[in-house]
Amino acid sequence: MRPPSPSIPEKEFLVASLAQNLRIDGRSLLEMRPTRVLAHVDAKMVRPPPERPYEGIITVHSEISPMASSLYEPGRPSEEEVALSRMLDKVLRRSDTVDKEALCVLAGQRVWHLRLTIHCLADAGNLQDCACIAGIAALKHFRRPEVEVVGDEIIVHPPTSRAPVPLAMHHTPLNLTFAFFPDASTTSSSSSNAPVDTTSLDGPVPSSTSPAPQMLLDPSPLEATLASSTLALALNSQRELCVVHKAGGMPLSPADVLRAVNVATDRVRELVSRIDRDISTDWNSRGVEVQ
Amino acid sequence: MSSRIEILNDGGFRSDGRLPSELRSLAFDLSPQAGADGSAMVSHGLTQVLVSVFGPREAKSRAQTMHNRAALNVEVSVAPFSTSDRRRRGRGDKRVQEIVAMIKSTFEPVVQTALYPRSQIDIFVHVLQQDGGVLQASINATTLALTAAGVPLLDLVCAITAGVHSTSPDSPLLDLTTLEENDCPSVTVAVMPRSGKLTLVSLETRVHVDVFKGILEVVGEAGKVLSLEMKRAVLARTKMLKDAMGAGLRTAEFAEDAGGDE
Repeated sequence: MRPPSPSIPEKEFLVASLAQNLRIDGRSLLEMRPTRVLAHVDAKMVRPPPERPYEGIITVHSEISPMASSLYEPGRPSEEEVALSRMLDKVLRRSDTVDKEALCVLAGQRVWHLRLTIHCLADAGNLQDCACIAGIAALKHFRRPEVEVVGDEIIVHPPTSRAPVPLAMHHTPLNLTFAFFPDASTTSSSSSNAPVDTTSLDGPVPSSTSPAPQMLLDPSPLEATLASSTLALALNSQRELCVVHKAGGMPLSPADVLRAVNVATDRVRELVSRIDRDISTDWNSRGVEVQ
Repeated sequence: MSSRIEILNDGGFRSDGRLPSELRSLAFDLSPQAGADGSAMVSHGLTQVLVSVFGPREAKSRAQTMHNRAALNVEVSVAPFSTSDRRRRGRGDKRVQEIVAMIKSTFEPVVQTALYPRSQIDIFVHVLQQDGGVLQASINATTLALTAAGVPLLDLVCAITAGVHSTSPDSPLLDLTTLEENDCPSVTVAVMPRSGKLTLVSLETRVHVDVFKGILEVVGEAGKVLSLEMKRAVLARTKMLKDAMGAGLRTAEFAEDAGGDE
């Protein structure tokens, strides 16, 4: 079943409030709000595939159950779920977040297989960003048991005898989603195919005259359905972009994309330092004894 | 193996002898397939993609029918002989699904679907040879095939891939081959050349923000060059069609004249 589309008054109210730079849940335009996601990492030792004998394996499983929102149904993965797992795969696995070679125990014989499971508990909009933060935090928080290799023998030390070791991580990419609305003061047409002067292919360049679209960070479900385009960026605190995904919707000028990138660099730095702080508080509260 | 090949040598040339901002040889063939409403074969160097477009026609199933606009139906098939490692990629393949999703979402705001309610436009993409830039070639071929089918578009969408090699972050490489794609981070961008706006931006590897800015600038320029070439191809075909129609008229006149003499 397709979710019911928002009613016309709902839509008009949202657009009218955006015209006054207000969002209907009281946030400012570039403010974020968390959805709830649970992420969990476990590790086991497996034999590596013959084509990559020196690398550990990371798999990301994501699941959106009907618990998250009434929009999701059990059974076949929905379009959102496919998009989510694809994005998580790009951000958490393909961007080389975790040093895979450090997961190798004995070349060609034994490597660690990390399994990251992401359960979406409550969808209050922008599940992708939240799932990504959860995944990164879980990977940062995870400690694997220490192993020792003597000759061909592998000794796994239980956490009681030797302190577990954290994963070697190269960087912490975080995903941020932006929603774009055409500037409400100029466009009144509601269709996505806004009429454009198509008299000649060599016509004037409209971009210089059209005003910049309004940009929101962390869209709520209503904002995400009504937005004329969305842009997903994943970047780390070293100002490196890992994933840029903008497909479809209203075309954006390069300047708009760069404006979003600039906002995102600051936000990511704040988020990463917050994740680091929370993880270190948690770690300190555990009182690990080193014997 | 690929690490031994220099992506960009000391003289500033790439492994196939191109300059960083040089495109591969382009070939556009409009309507290679007579049975389709519009078709186009596009080659960027050794990458070759054939797209056939059917429609706008009546939507096949009730579920796909949309009362206010046409539905775009995109199917991508990758020929097993298109790469050096012969491998069958079904429609369920993740990479193929991703290309389908990107083509579809690139063209949904560009095709004026609102003009054809309750109908569907089928776009069949066949990847015949792969040497980097499959997505860019597919998008360019789809634009031309839609144009050949006479489907109204807001603009000729031009897609282009650009990458950066670590030795020279200031000069982005355009139109990457497979070899370069494996070694450099790359961005695929679809430009609407009239407004200079982007309908698709897809980056999947790590790139510094400042370098990304440089890539976006170069890509915009490349899109304009591509669009000129595409426009030339479309005009040439239209002219050919017009002349052909004129030829038909002339024979008709001739027949009429001959009839009058009797």
